[in-house]
Amino acid sequence: MNKGMKKRWISLYVENQVGVLSKISGLFSAKSYNLDSLTVGTTEDPTVSRMTIATVSDDETFEQIKKQLNRMVEVIKVIDFTDVFVRMKEILYIKVFNCSAADKVELFQIAETFKAKVIDYGKDSLLLEFVQTATKNDAVVKLMKEEFGKIEVVRGGSVGIESINVMER
Amino acid sequence: MKQITGNKLLVKALKEEGVEYLFGYPGACTIDISDELYKQDEIKIVLPRHEQALVHEADAYARTTGKVGVCLVTSGPGATNLVTGLATANYDSVPLVCFTGQVARHLIGNDAFQEVDIVGITRSITKYGVTVRNREDLGRIIKEAFYIARTGKPGPVLIDLPKDVMAEFGSAEYPKNVNIRGYKPNTSVHIGQLKRALKMLSKAKRPLFLAGGGVNIAHAQEVFREVVEKTQVPVVTTVMGRGAISTKHPLFIGNLGMHGAYAANMAVSECDLLFSIGTRFNDRITGKLHEFAPHAQIVHIDIDTASISRNIHVDIPIVADAKEAITKMAEYVEPCSTSKWLAQIDAWKNEHPLTMRQNGVMGPLDIFNAINEKFDDAIIVTDVGQHQMLTSQYVDITENRQIIMSGGLGTMGYGLPGAIGAKIGNPDKPVIAISGDGGMQMNIQELATAVLEELPVILCIFNNEYLGMVRQWQKLFYGKRYSMTNLRAGALSRRTDGEEYPEYTPNFIKLAESYGAKGIRVMKKEDIAAAFEEAKKNTKTPTIIEFIIDPEEMVYPMIKPGGTLEDMIMDC
Repeated sequence: MNKGMKKRWISLYVENQVGVLSKISGLFSAKSYNLDSLTVGTTEDPTVSRMTIATVSDDETFEQIKKQLNRMVEVIKVIDFTDVFVRMKEILYIKVFNCSAADKVELFQIAETFKAKVIDYGKDSLLLEFVQTATKNDAVVKLMKEEFGKIEVVRGGSVGIESINVMER
Repeated sequence: MKQITGNKLLVKALKEEGVEYLFGYPGACTIDISDELYKQDEIKIVLPRHEQALVHEADAYARTTGKVGVCLVTSGPGATNLVTGLATANYDSVPLVCFTGQVARHLIGNDAFQEVDIVGITRSITKYGVTVRNREDLGRIIKEAFYIARTGKPGPVLIDLPKDVMAEFGSAEYPKNVNIRGYKPNTSVHIGQLKRALKMLSKAKRPLFLAGGGVNIAHAQEVFREVVEKTQVPVVTTVMGRGAISTKHPLFIGNLGMHGAYAANMAVSECDLLFSIGTRFNDRITGKLHEFAPHAQIVHIDIDTASISRNIHVDIPIVADAKEAITKMAEYVEPCSTSKWLAQIDAWKNEHPLTMRQNGVMGPLDIFNAINEKFDDAIIVTDVGQHQMLTSQYVDITENRQIIMSGGLGTMGYGLPGAIGAKIGNPDKPVIAISGDGGMQMNIQELATAVLEELPVILCIFNNEYLGMVRQWQKLFYGKRYSMTNLRAGALSRRTDGEEYPEYTPNFIKLAESYGAKGIRVMKKEDIAAAFEEAKKNTKTPTIIEFIIDPEEMVYPMIKPGGTLEDMIMDC
């Protein structure tokens, strides 16, 4: 059991209807599947929404997840993003409180290193915006928690799309 | 263009779908639909006494006619009472379209009187569910609902109808075609994959067919028999698959699983190819997973991709409708040399034949023998419990017979409404319900429906004064501590510390009479035949036959839950 336990991604085209999000998330809770993150938004076609779902699961469970999603009437298409070339990013905001002058300098350096932006500024606080892979965001959150006393974090969940030519993830 | 109300369009749609019976219970949110139905007489309305029974009746009607069962209930409690019935139908893949009333759109979310989010509540137990939010979508949604319910792996669909949407005027058109971009059931069979499976079959030394409920749902029994006879490969069935081949057929071994026949379970354990069709490998048939069919390669044909390789590893998966696949098999299969293997199976049959102890007093076997003798064609409906497993072991299911039950969900209370639905759909066939005294009381109010619909169903109650299957577990695994299973327990037994119990209640005979049904109590073997003869004479009234059964009667063989063949209990 647990063969191939790892993080995986699914891109899902669904009908843009009331209750579909609840049906998809309900499947994950009803069948005890891990749901790491789920993002949803409309597409160029307003009747279609697209979801990017991240889950940690083994080979067998992941097969089941795809099959179970596929058999739902509201699901139009299931694409496995795990082993294909995709562009995938997550937005992350971190607000850092009680910053000293030295802290602020360090935060600007962190922002530069991670290609983040400082998007807002207060007397003793700073707001940073990161757009990068969820894994890198994990690392940033860990780092910031260690380095600074009080932070506030909000993350958007990964959003992905297939690459055209660029063969990297 | 002509404009009509949603209520009118609904009735028109039902007619175009060829709906003959509607199982309905009225209420404030559906009163306008009731009113429309009043103005016509093509669709006949059955008025049950409880919405749970209502769904079971539509469910049994669907299972025994192959048509879609149609339900109409009101909002709130009317809708929530559907839940058990929907889950039952969903688990056993029964096509239903259930209409629920809903409060007007501006009231939704306001905790209005009799408002519930029924689509949300039933999301995980329906194949599809939707609230109609715009009048112009109504026709399309109804059309899609019938299509989704009956195609692919059949299942229940729920349509929630806000009262104001239904009152609104709109197009009178009911669409002719369906196009759902996310729902394209695949029924055709991949020939290459099937041929690989058949090659495996021809090479196997000890091949075995495992037929599940899917064979029955697809109405593939006849062509399946052809394949079995041509290949000479023996067959085991699940409880839901019983009847996939006549239980009197020489190549039929028995049911497998928790209460399966010894020879059937041995065959599964020893086979080198398990060729399975239309089963989900439920835990009740597999027992401990890694010791299930340990020597076998496994072929699995199922219409539901999600059923394949979920519980057990499958060597050759084939996604297809059972009838399509078996029909193709009939074209390609070759005879297999199975005589040695069949001899081995016969030896197992002789070693431990399926039988019950006979101690002179009346037992379930005597009743089953009478049913087998006295009815050529029949629909057998069971409730859930000991009597259900015994029925599935001993009642012959030949070509003219069918057995239905709540197999997956195991819903007590299915028996009586199930018999009603089956009889409504099959007025010319004898319908025999077999229930325990517990399950019978879970929907006993339906006696009124049976009487008023003039349904001569034969309702057998195996009365052992206990919730027998739970008692059986308590006897075998819980030191005979009969907690919560004695149906005579109450204040008196509590007061006297279990020394005294009152008479059994209800008196089923008087109960039958008070409803205007016939009641016969049978205590002795010799009276069984006469009771059935008497019941046959009632052509317009239901007959209750109450059989007094020893509480010590058990269902054997039994494999402990989660156990293996070695844990098989033959008798004690």
